[in-house]
Amino acid sequence: MDTSIDNNVITRSLENTAGNYILKTPEKVKSNKRISRSYRQIRTENGFRRTLVIMAIAMIVLVFGIFLTLIVQSIPSIKTLGIGYLWGKTWDPVQNIYGAFPFLIGTLLTSFLALIISIPFSFAIAIFLGEYFPKGPISNFLKNTVELIAAVPSVIYGFWGLAVLVPIVRSFENKIDVPPLGIGIFTSSLILAVMIIPYAASLGRSMIQMVPSPLKEGAYSLGATRYEVIRSVILPYTKSGLFAGILLSLGRALGETMAVTMVIGNTSLIPKSIFAPGNTMASVIANEFTEADRTVYLSALIELGLVLFLVTVVINMIGKRIISKFTNE
Amino acid sequence: MNATKQIKGLTLAGLALAIAGSMSLFSCNGTSGNGDTKKSDSTANAAGDDNTLLGAGSTFIYPLFSKMFSEYNKTNGLKVNYQSIGSGGGILQLTNKTVDFGASDAVLNDEQTAKMPSPAIHIPMTAGAVVLSYNLPEVKDTLKLTPAVLADIFLGKITKWNDAKIAAINKGVKLPATGIVIAHRSDGSGTSNIFTTYLSKVSEEWEKKVGKGSSVNWPVGLGGKGNEGVAGLIKQTPGAVGYIELSYAIQNGMAYAKMQNKAGNFITPSIASVTAAANIQIPADAKVSLTNTEAAEGYPISGFTWALIYKEQKYDNRSADRSTKLLKLLWWNIHEGQQYCQALNYAPLSPAAVAVAEAQLKSATYDGKPVLQ
Repeated sequence: MDTSIDNNVITRSLENTAGNYILKTPEKVKSNKRISRSYRQIRTENGFRRTLVIMAIAMIVLVFGIFLTLIVQSIPSIKTLGIGYLWGKTWDPVQNIYGAFPFLIGTLLTSFLALIISIPFSFAIAIFLGEYFPKGPISNFLKNTVELIAAVPSVIYGFWGLAVLVPIVRSFENKIDVPPLGIGIFTSSLILAVMIIPYAASLGRSMIQMVPSPLKEGAYSLGATRYEVIRSVILPYTKSGLFAGILLSLGRALGETMAVTMVIGNTSLIPKSIFAPGNTMASVIANEFTEADRTVYLSALIELGLVLFLVTVVINMIGKRIISKFTNE
Repeated sequence: MNATKQIKGLTLAGLALAIAGSMSLFSCNGTSGNGDTKKSDSTANAAGDDNTLLGAGSTFIYPLFSKMFSEYNKTNGLKVNYQSIGSGGGILQLTNKTVDFGASDAVLNDEQTAKMPSPAIHIPMTAGAVVLSYNLPEVKDTLKLTPAVLADIFLGKITKWNDAKIAAINKGVKLPATGIVIAHRSDGSGTSNIFTTYLSKVSEEWEKKVGKGSSVNWPVGLGGKGNEGVAGLIKQTPGAVGYIELSYAIQNGMAYAKMQNKAGNFITPSIASVTAAANIQIPADAKVSLTNTEAAEGYPISGFTWALIYKEQKYDNRSADRSTKLLKLLWWNIHEGQQYCQALNYAPLSPAAVAVAEAQLKSATYDGKPVLQ
């Protein structure tokens, strides 16, 4: 209703512009309408803004609430075990000795290994979709397929890993003369790598598509080949975006639980090689939480969650530092 | 500039996602905390509705309990809401008085006993066994194991299947030179508790180095989540050996070893040999581990699952009617209910165990007076 009237006013005013008669007749009516509309606009505007603020505050409260809960709940373990918890190498619920070191190593090792494996794939996909085939049915199909990888539930990756990947890795291990278990750090990293590819790939693709064409065209006009354009124009221009994608993938890899716990072997020993079984912080918590029957045990598990939380935060802070350095250059 | 801002925004989103990802676990924890309060509400509600009893605990006994309770419901119209959240969880729920009974595969430890607001009693419900399953396609005969050899395998001292110690007890069996891969439970479980209790009893070295518990620090081997996880590892890995519940092994047609018991006989794990294992002198409080049983025909790696209730049933405005219903249900479980064990591959209680369970139930009181006459 409102808009139609407004449109009339506008069209009429447009018609009259030529003769400069606009201010004559509908002046009063028009201004009243403008005022009533702007009151409503202000209300909506304020309401919307308030909603946004509330949501934002809720997020902050949530994160800090989780952080506080973790700290409070892990106080018994911090009191009993002290800072030695972080580099303790034994996790022995029977003796009530808890050391997070093997799991810390396991988490970092699987995540970074997965990242190294996934980067060539995710960057290749990002460049292919962003630069070579930005449009068209094939490109859409590939794009949707990559995004589907992120939508598959992790327990399915776990099963797939156990049924398909483990035998392949085992026969590979047979050839290179390590104990042919099939499961372990390496297999979990492979699974994780597959799971995190879409994060860096999608972000990288949209970044590459955002590179202004004058830049690229300039390079082409100077006689650069496609590869040279990618290397010296697109990648430098998008490096912070690509790095943000990597960071996103890493965050996903650090927290992944189900798929990892199914193929990592779940031992509390420090892995001697990347083919050895190990354990991650997330999978220890998932495994042992239900039957943790002593206060310190339960608290040690929660402290493990706190450590995981802090590791994630620290890695993200370092990552952001690197990104801002990239951007300032 | 715009692009930069967008990148920053995305990074922030990434940060939030990463945190959300790593935190999803704790939200589980959080919900279980909320669940507690909710459950206590529902108890309060259910206390009004005296026709629904609440229980929580052991996942092992869950299939049997479901069958028993649905049969009991048909004849007596009493509903039982049993949540299989794990023995430790069940004990916690009982401690918080949010359930009428808990169920556990292990007796209360000292800390748990101390935390109970009033004394709780253990009532045996059924017995289960833990079997050693292995993956040796070349071996057609059933493998035999002695306690000493079993402990050495799980301590990582015997690493090949054709080790002289294994060969000595399996004369005539051609053992392959495959390396032994050990599979154990990665999640805390009553099954692990029974198994490690047994190993602690038969091997001093195990007791010193590892000990017993629902999760222990395994010296060697791979962990699988749940019976299905361990079974998966065994089926997949040539030369693997691991421990799983008897009922799971039977249902999935897995090969399992004969164990030598205390009397020196090699016993095939079966429902009958587990019931036999429980036919021993049982202490009045029923807090006994059946592992390494004295019974000559008993399978040595077995244990009870207990229902846990407070000895004094009058607490938190509970009605006398509610406690009578609870005790009648448990009484029915140890008598008529036992007929459903066999079909589900649980071992029925031995006569000795039923006698102790009866005495335990009779000792329960409401306001100082016995509930069952």
